[in-house]
Amino acid sequence: MTVPVPDPSSVVRTTCPYCGVGCGVLATPDGQGGAGIAGDPEHPANFGRLCSKGSALGETLSLENRLLHPMLDGARVSWEAALGSVAGGLRRTAEQHGPESIAFYLSGQLLTEDYYVANKLAKGFLGTPHVDTNSRLCMSSAVAAHRRAFGSDTVPGCYEDLDEADVIVLVGSNTAWCHPILFRRMVDARAKRGTTLVVIDPRRTQTGEEADLFLGLKPGTDTALFSGLLVHLAESGALDQRFIAEHTAGFEAALDRARAIAPSLAATALATGLDEAEIGRFFDLFAKTPRVVTAFSQGANQSAQGTDKGNAIINCHLATGRIGQAGAGPFSLTGQPNAMGGREVGGLANMLAAHMHFAPEEVDRVRRFWAAPRIITGEGMKAVALFEAIERGKIKALWVMGTNPLVSMPRADAIKASLRKLDLYVVSEVMADSDTARAAGRRTVLLPALGWGEKNGTVTNSERRISRQRAFLKPPGEARPDWAILSDVARRLGHGQNFAYLSAAAIFREHAALSAFENNGTRDFDIGALSDISDGAYAANRPVQWPLPKRGGAGQKGRARLFADGRFYTFDERARFVAVQPPALAQDTSTAYPMVLNTGRVRDHWHTMTRTGKSQRLSAHRAVPFCEIHPDDAGPLGIRDGALCEVASEHGTAELEAMVTEGVRPGSLFMPMHWSDATASQARVGAVVRGVPDPVSGQPELKATPARVRPVAYRSRGFLLTRAPHAAPAGWWWARATILGGSALQFATQDGSREIALLMRGAFQGLELAEYADHARGRYRGAVYEAGRLVACLSLAPAEDKPDWEAAKALFAQAEPEAPERRALLSGRAAAAAAGPTICACHGVGLEVIAGVIAAGAGSVEAVGAACKAGTNCGSCIPEIRKLLPETLARSAA
Amino acid sequence: MATPRTDSQAAMRERLVVVGNGMASLRFLERLTEGAPGLYDVTVVGAEPVAAYNRVLLSSLLGGEVDEAACAFRGLDWYESHGIRLITGAPVTAIDRENALAIVGETHVLPFDKLVLAVGSTPIRLPKPGIDLPGVITFRDLADVAAIRRAAVRHARAVVIGGGLLGLEAAVGLSRLGIDTTLLHVMDRLMERQLDHAAAGLVKRAMEARGVKVMLKADTASIDGDGRVESLTLSDGTVLPADLVVMSVGVRPSVALAQGAGLETGRGIKVDDRMATSDPRIFALGECAEHRGMTYGLVEPAYEQAEVLSRHLAGEAGAYQGTALATSLKVSGLPVFSAGVVDTPESAEAIVLSDPGAGLYRKLLVEDERLIGAVFVGDIGEQGWCKALIRSGEPVTGHLDDLMFGRPAAAPSTPQTLAA
Repeated sequence: MTVPVPDPSSVVRTTCPYCGVGCGVLATPDGQGGAGIAGDPEHPANFGRLCSKGSALGETLSLENRLLHPMLDGARVSWEAALGSVAGGLRRTAEQHGPESIAFYLSGQLLTEDYYVANKLAKGFLGTPHVDTNSRLCMSSAVAAHRRAFGSDTVPGCYEDLDEADVIVLVGSNTAWCHPILFRRMVDARAKRGTTLVVIDPRRTQTGEEADLFLGLKPGTDTALFSGLLVHLAESGALDQRFIAEHTAGFEAALDRARAIAPSLAATALATGLDEAEIGRFFDLFAKTPRVVTAFSQGANQSAQGTDKGNAIINCHLATGRIGQAGAGPFSLTGQPNAMGGREVGGLANMLAAHMHFAPEEVDRVRRFWAAPRIITGEGMKAVALFEAIERGKIKALWVMGTNPLVSMPRADAIKASLRKLDLYVVSEVMADSDTARAAGRRTVLLPALGWGEKNGTVTNSERRISRQRAFLKPPGEARPDWAILSDVARRLGHGQNFAYLSAAAIFREHAALSAFENNGTRDFDIGALSDISDGAYAANRPVQWPLPKRGGAGQKGRARLFADGRFYTFDERARFVAVQPPALAQDTSTAYPMVLNTGRVRDHWHTMTRTGKSQRLSAHRAVPFCEIHPDDAGPLGIRDGALCEVASEHGTAELEAMVTEGVRPGSLFMPMHWSDATASQARVGAVVRGVPDPVSGQPELKATPARVRPVAYRSRGFLLTRAPHAAPAGWWWARATILGGSALQFATQDGSREIALLMRGAFQGLELAEYADHARGRYRGAVYEAGRLVACLSLAPAEDKPDWEAAKALFAQAEPEAPERRALLSGRAAAAAAGPTICACHGVGLEVIAGVIAAGAGSVEAVGAACKAGTNCGSCIPEIRKLLPETLARSAA
Repeated sequence: MATPRTDSQAAMRERLVVVGNGMASLRFLERLTEGAPGLYDVTVVGAEPVAAYNRVLLSSLLGGEVDEAACAFRGLDWYESHGIRLITGAPVTAIDRENALAIVGETHVLPFDKLVLAVGSTPIRLPKPGIDLPGVITFRDLADVAAIRRAAVRHARAVVIGGGLLGLEAAVGLSRLGIDTTLLHVMDRLMERQLDHAAAGLVKRAMEARGVKVMLKADTASIDGDGRVESLTLSDGTVLPADLVVMSVGVRPSVALAQGAGLETGRGIKVDDRMATSDPRIFALGECAEHRGMTYGLVEPAYEQAEVLSRHLAGEAGAYQGTALATSLKVSGLPVFSAGVVDTPESAEAIVLSDPGAGLYRKLLVEDERLIGAVFVGDIGEQGWCKALIRSGEPVTGHLDDLMFGRPAAAPSTPQTLAA
């Protein structure tokens, strides 16, 4: 972890750009484009803690691969020309094909102010409803479940509930890796008050490893489990009859449906594949514990029945009246830093603005507020449909902002091909080499946007807390704030008066004013108290939770919890039980595609790696795209741990390194979502998944695609370490990772050692080459020097004996290795004891080091931390450390 | 320490005369006096004016890294205390086998019961025009070193002919004296009998790093000068100015004395496995000896022969089997090892480690899972093991990494299952 020397004059309070936890960050710019990073002790999300990703933010600030200038069809142009092209293109498209042929695809990475301006421009001034966002892939099912149950998209609880719960149920959430700081709070609660952690996930993740009760259910059967729970609650007298009677509707129908789905423990067990005893334990825990938080995340959301899953969970909380109270409630954990902000401004296709939808009076209200000439009157297309409409030629102009759909969208290969049909393809981006920025329409405009640390505005985290992202770096190149780019386009389209923003603060005031406009308590989202915030107050603003209505006055902190009073945002103020559909995956497996492909995140990477991929610390934990497979499946298929395999669905293929583990169920596969064409030869999750959308939320099913897997035979495996990224030759399987002092390619090839030796000579002509070659055994290692400076090294071995790169990585960190290190490079052995693969990313502690301190007597996670610092920062590696401890010790340390 | 016997005992002892007092001779005397102290009445006759010294250090002496004292092995008192009569500066000029006498010019006539010839070799002087000009010097003994040092005045330019070990050492010694030195070698690589191209290239680089200019495929046509060396002309017409030419193109076993005595000779003095010549009273060892058709120019076989002969003369069983063709030496500080086959045959697989920048090269030649050759430059750590494996012919497949990189230090074994 980088611990800056605190210089109060230069420390900037900001918010982490990664997950929806929304941790406060203290950035201390170094004046050279970098910054020291530390957790903000005063931020109520993290109280000074940061996870491995947040801690490494300082390593991601380089301008390498940044998009710094506007580009038109691959050539650098002026802002004037670029904006002219965008405005002209939008105008022509609207004239020729109607405004509904224009679409925006936004991102939970955008700031609320940027989101607001984009939404307003599209829905009020261009007149297209087709504004959707990558949040559709993230938590739109939670939004839909909230709205069905509460009449509003309201997260009822807050993070303190995690501290104060006696049971925390995690559904489809690898919290330990994906929301590490919240997970720390949960583990702290367990230490402090004995909170029981229940994890429900078809995959035994690190979170599952830490659980007191792990329920490894069959994919897609969450609604059966929670239906069974509702039945159990009803039959065990655990219902809150008064709450049900006074504040809800639809209970009987929901219970009837639950009974149809899972009438008994036995039926629940049959449906979920769990055993009755463990289900019984869970049901008892839930029934008998008033303080229960059920936190759910992408595992529930990214499903063709995601909305039902959310409602099945919420049903149980409504039935017990456990909502909006300390330590109790359903809790959607959002994936992105500002998915919530996007929801607040209405930047999704099924919303209009500020938690208003398409009731005629709502449309009229927004039209009047915006003075909008072309207000839309109905929903637009959600992400999956929106991209399909491009294929069908319905969408002619697409503006993508701050997201990488060619990696993350289902059927991404088909989408990539369809972009060619666009008359206008606009990408507002930070990175020049994202797959999406490298794609092209008939006319392609790339607009350089400010990134984290450069832009200014607000984000909202999972507990409705609005925090500031503040700039602490100078804008690089010609990059500009997204809101300013959008406003300039609006001006060119003749709407200058309505987009005359001079600052993010001005936009925020308008956004706050809209939330309060004719609200009077009818809408949950009301931050009217901030509608006349001064520029100075905005600059200094501390995190606040909404709602924050004007009548509460300035200076209020907002409300931590909603609905404790039993009043909901439905017309009758009653919450709704939802009768959910019986569980079923959208697509059945078949003989051709007999496995179920699950997808998700790894601990140290974020989305498509455009930022975390720059950090060597974050790239060490999982350096290649992989596929988890159960040994019972791997064995008969001839798939070895560490060997390469091809995962294919009807839609696409990926080549991944097999990770044989009992963590996945037999019949299931898991692949991570992070690798793109920029970081791997063929590992885009989006290319493989089908993504059948949920009929309510439109969120695609990304975690259950029928797939098959087979071994892929390559002759050789190896790695190539270079100072600057080196392009992989055609035909290689490869994955790129940042390492200390350079860039690494892990690769597989049909070439043998002789061909690779020649390739090295060709690739580094004129430089000094040190080599080890044993062609008879197919082994080759080469190190390239330029005046004593190590500039590249490569190791190759037969595929079944893949070379280990830890020693070479450690040696590569030195610019000018001495003779023993030079020799060690060629030997494939460490010059000194190697640290081993990184376990603790924050402190850069490797497996061997941790094993060493355990061997030396460290018998607990705490003792390991004291001895080598591993696990003492974000703690997300603690499950892995625990696994290294002898079993008896691990138990006692739990 | 051995105690010399009394004169009365001496009268009864066999007389052993050792002709030559080089490194082979001394090692023989050391082993003989350890294994059979006082068994023989020993006389040693050396042509050089001093007792045996370390010829290997001549280049260091030339370069001024060591002084003459550092080259000495045994003081005169050692010979005296072991009852060895030492005659120096006096070559044996003839052997009278009929009367069993070794004749030292006009000064001594030494009767013997047993005679050991350890007369070494003489440097070859190429039959080129100008070879006898003053300033053309060989590099073989202390006298040569003295002559070279005399000629090596300031701003002198030296040309060394011969890219074998001695030539390299002479060139480095000269360069270290601050002399502009060029090394000529007629072959396309240095030390071609011991080194392959890559290893030779590294040695060349090391030479150049020490200030020696190296010219390969350089065939000397003539040495020119008016009463003294002034230049050297190559067959391609290149003229190299030279104040000093050091000739180091190999040695020829000294066989004249043996031939004169009617002993059987070939390239050297022919000996059997007990180092006996065609006359069972007379033995030969070191560079002058020819065993099973081989003559050796290195110290290691000479020492092995000295062991065998000393045991034989002490009455113990011993037979010399020849020395495996292994060379391990330092080319002016750069360790070099070569054993067995040097150039890769079609039938063998080469495993090569090469880091020219670090001065490191290793080649292992494997045929049918057996090690048949090894060439190391820069670090010769596993040389002994390699020699043993080449000799034994045992399978090496499991040892290749350790042979190449050395045996790793014991590492704690830890699970790797969490590796990404």
